Amino acid sequence: MAHDTAVHEDVHGHGHEESTKELWSGGKQPFKISYGKLMMWYFLLSDAFTFAGFLIAYGALRFSSPSWPVPDFVFSTAPFGIHHAPLIFVTFMSFLLIISSVTMVRAVQEGARENQKGVVFWMFLTVVGGAGFLGCQAWEWTNLIYKECMSVTRNPFGTHTEKGVYLNADGSRSAAEDDLFKPGIGYLIHHAHVDDHGGDHGHHDEGHELTAEEKFLADANSIVSASIAGNKIDMANLPEAGVDFPGFRLNNEGFIERKFVTEAGETGAQTYGPKAFGALFFFITGFHGFHVLSGVVFLIIIMLNAGSGLYAARKNGYEMVEKIGLYWHFVDLVWVFVFLVFYLL
Amino acid sequence: MGHGNYEDAKRAVWVGCGVLGAVTLIEVAVSLFQKGHIIGGMEDLSWVTYGAALIIAILSAYKAYYIIYNFMHMAHEVPGLRMSVLLPTALLIWGMIAFFQEGNAWGERREVIKERNKVESDKAIKPLGMLLHKELIKSDK
Repeated sequence: MAHDTAVHEDVHGHGHEESTKELWSGGKQPFKISYGKLMMWYFLLSDAFTFAGFLIAYGALRFSSPSWPVPDFVFSTAPFGIHHAPLIFVTFMSFLLIISSVTMVRAVQEGARENQKGVVFWMFLTVVGGAGFLGCQAWEWTNLIYKECMSVTRNPFGTHTEKGVYLNADGSRSAAEDDLFKPGIGYLIHHAHVDDHGGDHGHHDEGHELTAEEKFLADANSIVSASIAGNKIDMANLPEAGVDFPGFRLNNEGFIERKFVTEAGETGAQTYGPKAFGALFFFITGFHGFHVLSGVVFLIIIMLNAGSGLYAARKNGYEMVEKIGLYWHFVDLVWVFVFLVFYLL
Repeated sequence: MGHGNYEDAKRAVWVGCGVLGAVTLIEVAVSLFQKGHIIGGMEDLSWVTYGAALIIAILSAYKAYYIIYNFMHMAHEVPGLRMSVLLPTALLIWGMIAFFQEGNAWGERREVIKERNKVESDKAIKPLGMLLHKELIKSDK
């Protein structure tokens, strides 16, 4: 060797030569972590980029839009007839995921102690938390799709960009305090309720006084019903431009777009909000929900395996439980950002 | 695992639960404050909007750090693994800056584009481009 003296003087260099030989002989773990766990980390890294791409797309479209649905208005309903409770239901959903993450850490800890019963117990609680989250998401989607008529291509949640006051169904200017609005105030366009059952489903609970909006909707619905009875309009075949009424417009999909007068004296009508919102919401929360669903399935499989004594026989500290644990925490981690982007900001 | 004794590790988990829960509640409170649900009129002040958004974003980043370092045990992994997972995500910071700025530019050009769409094309001007074929220019007349 040309640099004989240098190599002999450098003890570390010499040691390095030897350990390189050892590394290449196999049996060593790079990063002092098992292959499976390392690959789980890199899978999660790639998944993080996928989610980041979606969330950045949401941000870019939101920045490009003159108005955007206000989250505390869009997400203000909860089960059991709770209305006007901004963010409460999604906060509950966040807690479900946090708690299921905590029970997952406990399962991993019990696994490290080779405590089979403990692993199964804490994994079971994790499954309950994940399934609870999915149930909540199912309710949220059902409410948005069937009650509020949001879809991938239609967003009935709009936002005012000017100050003004709504008109009554007969075209007169509303005197109600609640019918005044300012920029940034959100609204929801309702589908006309003229079906055979004649009911307007749960827009107000019996026994309390109607709000200004509910009063308007009741009037508008009866005007539309009268027009149908008089054969003036056909709900199944509305003209492309919609039908004009003094206080509102019935658009070609049968939604009631309430008219208003702005401070500048111009008459306008509610329109749909930015179309991209529906697609972004369903796609991103759906993709996260799919991660939760597959996580629950794998949790159940690994819980059953743990219960059957498969991992106890391996005596490797329940490594499978650690791997699904990493995945499950990642699902919680993504929710932190979905929660931030869709609901908090 | 195997760091500290079992009782300490168990306690740390419940402390983590409390930290994440408390931070989430603070985030929701700040968000509701920003939207004017706690004190009316706050939604009209732009510095409240931006300040609250910044606070919420920082708190979310803290939650992410807490989950990765404590729940996923990144704190106990070797630096090589830590860096190989965390450094690539730093690229996303640039992604956010670039795309949000781009989105903003689309928003600002909305009106300009609407105006331009109304302008009749001037047929006297031929498109100048190296790659355009002569036939294409002819058919444009």
